[in-house]
Amino acid sequence: MARSNGKADPEVVAICARHQASDGPLLPILHDVQAHHGYVSDEAIQQIAEELNLSRAEVFGVVTFYHDFHREPQPTHSLKVCRAEACQSVGGRDVWAAASTAAESGQGDVQLEAVYCLGNCACAPSVQMDGRTIGRMTAERVSTLFSAGNSAGVPS
Amino acid sequence: MKIYIPVDSAAVSIGANETADAFVRQDAIADAEVVRTGSRGFYWLEPMVEIEHEHRRIGFGPIEAADVPELAQAIAGGGFASHPQYLGDIDHMLREQGQRRMTFARCGVIEPTDWQSFVANGGSAGLRAALDNSGQAIVDAVKESGLRGRGGAGFPTGIKWQTVHDTAAETKYVVCNADEGDSGTYADRMLMEGDPFTLFEGMAIAGVAVGAEHGLIYLRSEYPDAERVLKRALDVARAEGMLGDDVLGSGKSFDIQVRMGAGAYICGEETSLLESLEGKRGLVRFKPPLPAIQGFMGKPTVINNVITLASVPAIMAQGAPMYADLGINRSRGTLTIQLCGNVARPGLYEMPFGVTLDHLINELGGGSASGRPVRTAQVGGPLGAYVPASHFDTPLGYEEMADKKAMIGHGGVVVFDDTVDMMQQARFAMEFCDIESCGKCTPCRVGSVRAQEVIDRIIADDEREANIELLRELCDTMINGSLCAHGGMAPFPVLSALNHFSEDFGVREQAAVTS
Repeated sequence: MARSNGKADPEVVAICARHQASDGPLLPILHDVQAHHGYVSDEAIQQIAEELNLSRAEVFGVVTFYHDFHREPQPTHSLKVCRAEACQSVGGRDVWAAASTAAESGQGDVQLEAVYCLGNCACAPSVQMDGRTIGRMTAERVSTLFSAGNSAGVPS
Repeated sequence: MKIYIPVDSAAVSIGANETADAFVRQDAIADAEVVRTGSRGFYWLEPMVEIEHEHRRIGFGPIEAADVPELAQAIAGGGFASHPQYLGDIDHMLREQGQRRMTFARCGVIEPTDWQSFVANGGSAGLRAALDNSGQAIVDAVKESGLRGRGGAGFPTGIKWQTVHDTAAETKYVVCNADEGDSGTYADRMLMEGDPFTLFEGMAIAGVAVGAEHGLIYLRSEYPDAERVLKRALDVARAEGMLGDDVLGSGKSFDIQVRMGAGAYICGEETSLLESLEGKRGLVRFKPPLPAIQGFMGKPTVINNVITLASVPAIMAQGAPMYADLGINRSRGTLTIQLCGNVARPGLYEMPFGVTLDHLINELGGGSASGRPVRTAQVGGPLGAYVPASHFDTPLGYEEMADKKAMIGHGGVVVFDDTVDMMQQARFAMEFCDIESCGKCTPCRVGSVRAQEVIDRIIADDEREANIELLRELCDTMINGSLCAHGGMAPFPVLSALNHFSEDFGVREQAAVTS
């Protein structure tokens, strides 16, 4: 992991400064850094550690504990597919299988992630495309979400 | 005229925004104002549309965008009662179902961040009543109401508050657990999206009761819509003087901040949540010390679920005896049941404790959505037991469910028809335990992995009987040896599958032939 060598990323410094006064600022900082850069780089981990007077290991441990934080750049789109019980009971396993097949075939610029409940259980099966929850999903429809820029059938 | 259409994320997930947009373009009712509300929780009728007629709210549903021109004509012409999607008086529907909307009284009724509507519909009365009382009197009222933790543990809320009240400290906190991770549950999301002021009101009452001035809501990141509503509502609540350094003119101080989780199910466990709030890995803490004595930043902390906190305003406004009169035995007040899965009428049913699963699933829920026989329901989330249809006469109460080795949890009921493979469900319970384990204790971290291997050997018919015995032993170790409920309860769905559906763990040759 590289040292920051004094080449501070002003955005990371500003984010740390914004949260530093609050109790337990690390998660809000990581969320903001990821929102800005799309991921949490090794350099950012180093810099956050310096700003918060933590060890790199402590920050690294937090980044890697939570499913949401990424250490590498991500594809443009994020598709979260629920794999939990309420969705399973109405065909969620088929939706996941179809999404996995589409992802493996390299369609679209989409990062597929399994999630365990989107709180949309009464309108299951559910997926979340770039933060927008879509209910009553089907195996056929989920494949179409991989076509880049295709939002057909996606309620706004 | 006002047209009410939900902005609730589940309603939006199946087209409520398109329905609302279509109304804006209707010349027949050009003077109509579209008001976006939370959801009533009748999800099989979403997107639902309501109008006000003779002081009653009349509903129509489901209304897709394509149905809007015809409905607009019917509303304009006054002949709406013969519309095919006419539902009639919504309050009447709720009463017919036996619902008692205490915590969800305003959800689906008002625009979520409209302060005037909130107050006009009874909002803030609980906090005003609390501010007239001493902290001890508030704690006593919560005790008297019989309110227990709705997040799953069912611990008496008043006793928790008493401990924080009695612990002397300069700084205390009220933490709201909004990390609603259990599959089959969405009441927290509905309330935060549909009536966020009620949650703030409950938190402020807790703050006044125990002497805390700082509130934090730990919200799961899977709920981006709830985050937006909460943050907008916080601005309004501060501007209206409900939060800040002079709560409703009382001279008392209380404010709230929203903190986002980062996709870790385990952070719904209260000590793990506190670690996460402090900016650490969400590892479970040893107890004692209790969070009520050493919680967030080592300070005395009230930590309660969204629904627990949001139930308090009604208790303070209408009186503890009114709340305690509802329910059965040691389960008092209302339970916010979230019915979903393979069921014809999924939704939120807020009812006094004591309704049976049979009534809920077969009468109110209308049986399975597929039309096939209902085989089981998983109650209380991924750590809850699969209750067989033969036990559906069990009333929903904390002790009543515990007697059947099941639990209410956060009130989620997921229905499965007879196509469910219970061995796969058992395997999934352990897979989920493995994926979401914090890793601190061995029975959970390693046991959940070994359990999947053992179930795979059972599936492969490798020493079946011996491996079933081994699986039971492993479940026993996890139940008794895990640090928290994650590893300690993940075996419950597995054992319930073994105990009630042993036929699914038998030799599969026949199934292989038929499939």
